[in-house]
Amino acid sequence: MSATLREDVERVAALARLALSEEELSRMARELEAMLGYVAALERVDTRDVPPTAHVVPLATPLRDDTPAPPMDPALALANAPESDGSSFVVPKVIEAEEEG
Amino acid sequence: MSAAPHPVYEVVIGLEVHAQLRTRSKLFSPAPVTYGAEPNHAVHPICLALPGVLPVLNGRAVELAIRVALASRCHVQPQSVFARKNYFYPDLPKGYQISQYEEPLATGGWLDVRMPDENGGARRVRLTRIHMEEDAGKSIHDAAIAGDATHVDLNRAGVALLEIVSEPDLRSPAEAAAYLRALRSLLRYVDASDADMERGNFRCDANISLRRHGESKLGTRTELKNLNSFRFVEAALEAEILRQAGILDAGGKVVQATLQFDPASGRTRILRLKENADDYRYFPDPDLVPLLLSDAQIERVRAGLPELADARCERFQREHGLAEDDARLLCESRALADFFEAAASRHGDGASLANWIRRDVLHALAEHGLEIEQAKLAPAALADLVKRVREGGVTAQSARALVPELVNKGGDPLRLIQERGLEAVSDTGALEAAVDAVLREHAGHVERLRAGEEKVRNFLIGQVMKRTGGKADPAALRRVLAQRLGESGS
Amino acid sequence: MAAAPLGTLRECREALDEGRTSSAALVEQSLARAEAHAELRLFVRLRAERARAEAQAADARRASGERRSPLDGIPLAVKDNLVRAGEETTCASRILAGFVSPYTSGVMERLEAAGAISIGTTNMDEFAMGSSTEHSVYGPSRNPWDPARTPGGSSGGSAAAVAAGIVPLAIGSDTGGSIRQPACFCGVVGVKPTYGRVSRWGLVAFASSLDQVGGFGRSAEDAAHLLDAISGHDPRDSTSIPEPAPRCADALDGDVAGLVVGLPREYYGDGIEPGVQGAVREACAQLERAGAKLREVSLPYAEYAVATYYLIATAEASSNLARYDGVRYGHRAQGAHTLSEMYRRTRSEGFGAEVKRRILLGTYVLSAGYYDAYYRKAQQVRTLIRRDFEQAFRGCDVIATPTMPETAFRLGERTEDPLRMYLSDIYTVSANLAGIPGVSLPCGFSQGMPVGLQLLGPPLEEARLLRVADAYQRTTAHHRARPPETQ
Ligand SMILES: [Mg+2]
Ligand SMILES: [Zn+2]
Repeated sequence: MSATLREDVERVAALARLALSEEELSRMARELEAMLGYVAALERVDTRDVPPTAHVVPLATPLRDDTPAPPMDPALALANAPESDGSSFVVPKVIEAEEEG
Repeated sequence: MSAAPHPVYEVVIGLEVHAQLRTRSKLFSPAPVTYGAEPNHAVHPICLALPGVLPVLNGRAVELAIRVALASRCHVQPQSVFARKNYFYPDLPKGYQISQYEEPLATGGWLDVRMPDENGGARRVRLTRIHMEEDAGKSIHDAAIAGDATHVDLNRAGVALLEIVSEPDLRSPAEAAAYLRALRSLLRYVDASDADMERGNFRCDANISLRRHGESKLGTRTELKNLNSFRFVEAALEAEILRQAGILDAGGKVVQATLQFDPASGRTRILRLKENADDYRYFPDPDLVPLLLSDAQIERVRAGLPELADARCERFQREHGLAEDDARLLCESRALADFFEAAASRHGDGASLANWIRRDVLHALAEHGLEIEQAKLAPAALADLVKRVREGGVTAQSARALVPELVNKGGDPLRLIQERGLEAVSDTGALEAAVDAVLREHAGHVERLRAGEEKVRNFLIGQVMKRTGGKADPAALRRVLAQRLGESGS
Repeated sequence: MAAAPLGTLRECREALDEGRTSSAALVEQSLARAEAHAELRLFVRLRAERARAEAQAADARRASGERRSPLDGIPLAVKDNLVRAGEETTCASRILAGFVSPYTSGVMERLEAAGAISIGTTNMDEFAMGSSTEHSVYGPSRNPWDPARTPGGSSGGSAAAVAAGIVPLAIGSDTGGSIRQPACFCGVVGVKPTYGRVSRWGLVAFASSLDQVGGFGRSAEDAAHLLDAISGHDPRDSTSIPEPAPRCADALDGDVAGLVVGLPREYYGDGIEPGVQGAVREACAQLERAGAKLREVSLPYAEYAVATYYLIATAEASSNLARYDGVRYGHRAQGAHTLSEMYRRTRSEGFGAEVKRRILLGTYVLSAGYYDAYYRKAQQVRTLIRRDFEQAFRGCDVIATPTMPETAFRLGERTEDPLRMYLSDIYTVSANLAGIPGVSLPCGFSQGMPVGLQLLGPPLEEARLLRVADAYQRTTAHHRARPPETQ
């Protein structure tokens, strides 16, 4: 396994907000390598001038009327929250440098 | 504000504006759009990104976005695509923002902006693109509210925004402000947005770089985030110009970064460097298929557009004989132009109405921090008042004194004149008595006037006005004064 | 005997209509049988009390002569990824532990309106990511035909619950074969509808452009009634097809004379278990005897389907699963001091290994510098795969293939080799990439385990597929076979 791939997995895990142990990291890097090796087969396909398919429905996106629905009961909105103060969701303090970085 | 150009560097600014579209429900959720509601009182399962929810596009938001695009001469794309911008933040419930990326709603228009330093001339500011996207919620870090934690309110999450990106065509902070005012006016003209910075529904980010005068290559730019009042926009840009010029003067290099303006210190502060930039992993949102707009749909929106500021300004000059400056001022806001037209339809003298609006109405509005929409003064009331002045039924002075009250409380000006006894005094007997008293009191002035010192006449007229509480009909007063002075004719 | 297997929908319906049983009795029987087969771990939650109350209401309706639909009063089971107001939905994931939805999915609304009674939610691979129902926080489900083997996945609990006679019908979802593959492994009929035919509103997303809800039954006819109940436009789903869906149950006339059955040469090559190959070929021969014409067709890009599928599915999943962040619902790691720590620990504790693996792959293929090489490339190949089918359907009415190249594998056999697990989806993923409907129906056995025949059709031609499946079942008995210990 290449060192770059391991770094890639670390970078991607950070983007996806997943904490991986050293062991998981090694395993995931190995598995990613196998998957990338497998999907490399697509390189053989000539896709010049082939438009991408993002969705298979032959539709234009439907438009909704601008009619507001009654809002949720706020208690119901917060009912599943791991932590709330009764009106807002509460999360650990955002550490700017860390989060924005 | 330093209006003078920087001696060494040319300033290059491009702006990204986020304007909240005037819809009743959110962009992809039927939750109501509110202002000032209790936290999480205006949400729907879609706004909370509950498992299994899906977005459905608000047709009104699309219509408003097309209006802005057409009004700014953009090309509305027959196909545009919603993409996901992926990043984690507690006020971004899905972990991605639905925006438009590779295929925006509209591209390539412009705004003709009257720049402050160009003797009233207009300059074309090109628009790169206009696209729709959803707003994030609100994270409250204020320790007084949230203590050691962060509180998340999702009322705003999902509200429809229009992002309007300009080319780097602005050359000073003052030009940036002028562009923003023009854009705000346009958004309001087409009813697309309240564009109210104080309420956060008109927000601005700026890209700014410096280069030596004459240099054609752009310098390294930085991005200033969240310039949320007109005052901040200019102050922040000035501060950033100083910072960048300082670096360049010292032979240094500006690094690409995102900065924030701190109004307390008056300085810009680096939030993050470009090399640490997020990797947003944009891709087409598979929950939404492309937005397709036929020519017919676009033309239908065009047909519904109101007359825009430039056309209206020309028409006001043509139809009402207004000076260009007056016409332009009135047309800056659609509401003000509407007010003028309504008043003018009742009282034909447009030029005089324009004068009253500029001098008295706008002054009263500014004094009370009001917009014309909020004024209690009806266009017809102003027309009646101005007409009565012209007929000599009330003096201009008395009438002007009524304007602030009419703006604040409304009412029928003709009744007010009557109730308060403000009718112009044109009754010759009363005027003669007042004139005689003044001539007695100011015998010295009378001498000087007789000796040919004509300007003393205005002093005497002023004294009579004072005696009559400003109600003397000016024409009658002049006539009586001349008579009592033994002047012939008049 | 309370724990005797339930009959088919048709049998239950007739017994109800003739007054030989009641919904209450059917629901009791279903619940008792679910309990009796707890060791198969097919259900993650039973709705015993609610189901009993709904059965009473259904019986009252029947007594007053009202019948909402052919499903009225019939017990069924629902995969744990469709939300229902006031009830828990977890997608077999720790990260959704305790999540109670405040709203109801489009499919559940339709089933409620049809009068169907869910007796419980069924086990699945976490977030529908898997082919064996082993990646579940509740533990693996077992195949009623051989408890040492997998029922398939990710809708393994639903397929096996029908196979085990616990319910006549069940709801599943299919992103890359998650209905057809377990239907094949469990010897029941599974229908993956055309993309857009069934509402995704309230279906917990795995890969939005591929996910589709469908169902299981023991016969094509039963499956047709279930599909009719859940199909139709839903304005809350922007990818929902607005045209009304014609009723499938009315199309089952047993007539396949002159119908052209395409056999893609790429699907009948190496790597198929001989017993599977034999059973599928015999099924095609049976269709030919019934009047259909067999014709070889070609799907040249078929070999790229699995690679294309995994790139697209994981990319979409990486984004769809970003919402599980411990802020608004579900699991949150305890004791984190910063937001960033909370996110990372919550997601690491909450997601299982397979989900993490796919989030990582998906994040990777969308990330800066790789998007064009992987994601865009996969979307382009997706176009070629769609065109393959368009071309093929110019020369045939339906396509017949093995559903799987093998029969159910042993539990634990593939969990250490994810790529091998993915490769077994070779015949199913193309239908999701192309958005076309697919049906798997039992067509015999290989070494005692069920073999599945897959029928694929052009968009919105579910009725045609079910007509062929029904015609086949009119002259064969494979769908009537029952797992040994449940007979
Ligand atoms: Mg932007
Ligand atoms: Zn934006």
